[in-house]
Amino acid sequence: MSIYKELSSKPWEYRAPTEGTALESAFDLAPEKVALRLFMVVAGVIFSLVGVTYYVRLDLGDWVPLSDPGLLWWNTGLLVVGSVCLQISRNAAFADNRAKARSMFILSGLFSAAFVTGQWFVWQQLTAAGLGVNTNPASAFFFLLTGLHLVHVLGGLWVWSKTAFRLLGKADLATVKLSIELCTSYWHFLLVLWVLLFAALANT
Amino acid sequence: MAYVPIADQAQELHDPHSFITKYVWSQDHKVIAIQYGGTAIMVGLVALCLSVAMRLQLGFPDSFSLIDPSSYYQAVTMHGMIMVVYLLTALFLGGFGNYLIPLMCGTRDMVFPFLNMLSFWVYLLSVLILLSSFFVTGGPTGAGWTLYPPQAITGGTPGSDGGIFLMLVSLGVFIIAFTMGGLNYVTTIFQARAKGMTMMRLPLSVWGILVATVLGLFAFPALLVSAIMMTFDLKLGTSFFMPAIMAAGEQLDYNGGSPILFQHLFWFFGHPEVYIVALPAFGLVSDVLSTHARKNIFGYRMMVWAIVAIGGLSFIVWAHHMYVSGMNPYFGFFFATTTLIIAVPTALKVYNWVLTLWEGDIRLNTPMLFAIGFIFTFIHGGLTGLFLGNVVIDLPLSDTYFVVAHFHMVMGVSPVLVVFAALYHWYPKITGKMMNETLGKLHFWCTFLGTYAIYLPMHYLGFLGVPRRYYAIGSTDFIPASAQTLNENITIAAIFVALAQILFFINVFWSLRSGKPAGGNPWGATTLEWQTPDTPPKHGNWGEKLPVVHRWAYDYSVPGYKDDFIPQTVAGDFGVSDDHDSKES
Repeated sequence: MSIYKELSSKPWEYRAPTEGTALESAFDLAPEKVALRLFMVVAGVIFSLVGVTYYVRLDLGDWVPLSDPGLLWWNTGLLVVGSVCLQISRNAAFADNRAKARSMFILSGLFSAAFVTGQWFVWQQLTAAGLGVNTNPASAFFFLLTGLHLVHVLGGLWVWSKTAFRLLGKADLATVKLSIELCTSYWHFLLVLWVLLFAALANT
Repeated sequence: MAYVPIADQAQELHDPHSFITKYVWSQDHKVIAIQYGGTAIMVGLVALCLSVAMRLQLGFPDSFSLIDPSSYYQAVTMHGMIMVVYLLTALFLGGFGNYLIPLMCGTRDMVFPFLNMLSFWVYLLSVLILLSSFFVTGGPTGAGWTLYPPQAITGGTPGSDGGIFLMLVSLGVFIIAFTMGGLNYVTTIFQARAKGMTMMRLPLSVWGILVATVLGLFAFPALLVSAIMMTFDLKLGTSFFMPAIMAAGEQLDYNGGSPILFQHLFWFFGHPEVYIVALPAFGLVSDVLSTHARKNIFGYRMMVWAIVAIGGLSFIVWAHHMYVSGMNPYFGFFFATTTLIIAVPTALKVYNWVLTLWEGDIRLNTPMLFAIGFIFTFIHGGLTGLFLGNVVIDLPLSDTYFVVAHFHMVMGVSPVLVVFAALYHWYPKITGKMMNETLGKLHFWCTFLGTYAIYLPMHYLGFLGVPRRYYAIGSTDFIPASAQTLNENITIAAIFVALAQILFFINVFWSLRSGKPAGGNPWGATTLEWQTPDTPPKHGNWGEKLPVVHRWAYDYSVPGYKDDFIPQTVAGDFGVSDDHDSKES
C-alpha cells in the first residue's frame, strides 16, 4: 500500500471494483504480522521513553555508575542462541522439515528460559552486593529496564509455549508456520532491544 | 500473498450458542461495543455525581456538609481521570470503535475476536480496581488527575497510601486493555475491509477512530512508564521522580529525583490524549452532519489529511501544559508555535463542517442538533485554547477557572455532545427502534444551554483570578463578592444539566420498548452499516455475502439519481464523478 498514493486519490470519482480477491490498499501481510509489528513499535516506544528518562536522570548529579555483572554477557549469549535457533526453526518450517523446525523451536525456548534464569541470578548478585532497587538511581534503572525487558521475554515465552505444545502434538506444520514466524520476529526484536539496553546500561 | 478477506472465512465466526457466549463472554464486536459503552457510561455517571458534589461545595460552601477538603480533592481527581480516560477514551474507541469499525469497513468482526473480548474484560477490571479505591483506608487519591509527584505519594495528600497505588495499577491495567483493543482496531481497518473499500472510501468516523487509536498506542506508553516508575517510587523507595523532601517535619528517604520529568512524561501522554478523545468525535460528527445535511462532506481529502496532521502534531505540543513549570523561554516559544500550528488543521475542519451545512437540505433532528451544538462549543473552546497556547497570556490565566472553562468546553462538553449526536444517530441501527424526538430535542436544549450557563461564566471567574482546585476561596482582596453569586448560578446550572441527562436515559429505555421500528436505514445514509440485511445486525453482520463497495461514503443529493443518497454498495457512475471533480478542481 502506497500511503501517498492512497491519501492523494480522489474517492469521489467513480471507479469500478478491481478483479480478483486481493484487498485494495492493504498491506500484503497476514493480520497477525501487522498486529505484531505494531505491537513491537508500541513496545519500542515504551523502552524509548524509559531510555529518555534514563539519560535525563543520568545528568542530575547524584549518579553512581554501576559495574555491570559479567553474567550479563553470558545471558546475552543465551538470547542470541535462542534467536538463532528460532531463525533456523523458521527456515526449516518453510522447507517443510517438521522435525528440525520442532527441535530448534523447543531449543530456542529452553535458551530463552535460561536467559530469564540468568537475569534472575544477576538480580541476586546485585542484591547480595548491596545494590538493591532503591540503593541509587543507576541500580533503580538497572532493575527497571531489565525487569521490563524480562516481562516482554516472559510474554513471548507464553506464546512460544502454546506453539511448542502444538508442535509437540500432532499439529500440521502448515498450521503452526505463522506462529513460528511470529515468534522468530519477536525474538529478534527482543534481542535487538536487549543489546541496546545492555549498551545503555554498560556505558555510564 | 493475496489477503483473503476475514469475512469470507466462515469458520472464523465463533457463532455463539448459549446466553453466556452470546451476551457475556461474547466475541461479537457489537456486544463488546455495548459492554464497553455501558461500562463507560456507568462509571461516567459516578464522575458526574462527583462533579455535582464539588459544585454544591463551591456554590454553597456553608450550606452542605457533603464533602470536606480532603474528599473535595479526591472528587476533583476521580472526576477528571474517570471522565478523560475511563469514560471518553473507552466510549469512543471501545464503544463506537468496536461497533462501527467492522460495520463501516464491511467485515464480519474484528480480526482478533478473542483479543477483543479480553480487551473489554481487562478494561472492566481496571474500572473495578479504580472504583475499589473508594473503599480502601484513606480513600481514593486526591492528587489531581495529573498525579504530579511529589505530592501524589507524599503523606498528607488524600489517598497517598492505597488510593494512589490503586490508581496507578488501574491505569496500567487500562493501558493493557487499550493496547489489546487498539491493535485489533488498526489491524482490522488496514487488513479486513470489504472489497472495493479503499482507505479513502472509508467514512471519516473510521479515520478519526484509526488515527486516535494510533495516537493511543504511542501515547499511552508514556502514561504506563510514568505509572510504573511512580509505583517504584511509592512502593520500592526509588527516586525517579521524588526529590529530597521534608514531610511533616521529617526528612524522607528520597533524593535527587525530578518531578518535572514526570510532568514531561505525563503530558507527552496527556496532550495526545486530548486528540484521542477529539479525533473520533471529529469523525463521528462529520458523518452525522453530512447525513443530516444531505450533502457530501466538504473537502473529504482535506478532512483526512487534517486528522492525520493533527495526530502527528499532537506529539509536539505537550509542554504548553507546563509553561509555569519554570521552563526555558525558548522552549516555551517552541511549544507556543507548534500549538498555534495545530490550530490550522483544526480550524480547517471547523470551516469544512460549516461549509458542509452551507446550502444543505438540513434536517434539524436530534442527532443533527447535537452535532451543530458541537460546532458551537468546539469553536468556543478552541478559541480560548489560542489564548492559553500563548505563553504570555497563559501565565496570568494559569490555574484559574479560565483554564477549567476552556478544557471543559473543548474536551468535555464538545466530545459529550458528539457522543449524544452519535448515540441518537446510531441507536436505530443498534436497537432497531427510533428514539423519541421530543424527548431528544428537550435533552439537547437543556444540555446545550445548560452547559453554556455553566462554562461561560467560568471564563469571567478566571479573568478575576479565581484559582481552580480550591475547596473554598475564602475572602480575598482581588475576588469580589459577586464571584460567589456567579458560583451559585453555575452550581444551579450544573445540577440542572446533570438532571437533564435523566431525559436521555428515559428515552433510551422507553424507546427500546416502545420506540417506532427504525427499518434498516431510517436516515437515508450511504455508509455500509446502514446497508446490513438485518437491523440490528446479526452475528456476522452481512448474511451470506459480504458487501462490495463501489463508491465513497458521501454521495448525497446527487443530481439525476432517484434518491438523495447513493449507498456505497450501489454500482454505477450516474455522472457523479464529473460533477464532483469540477467542483474540487
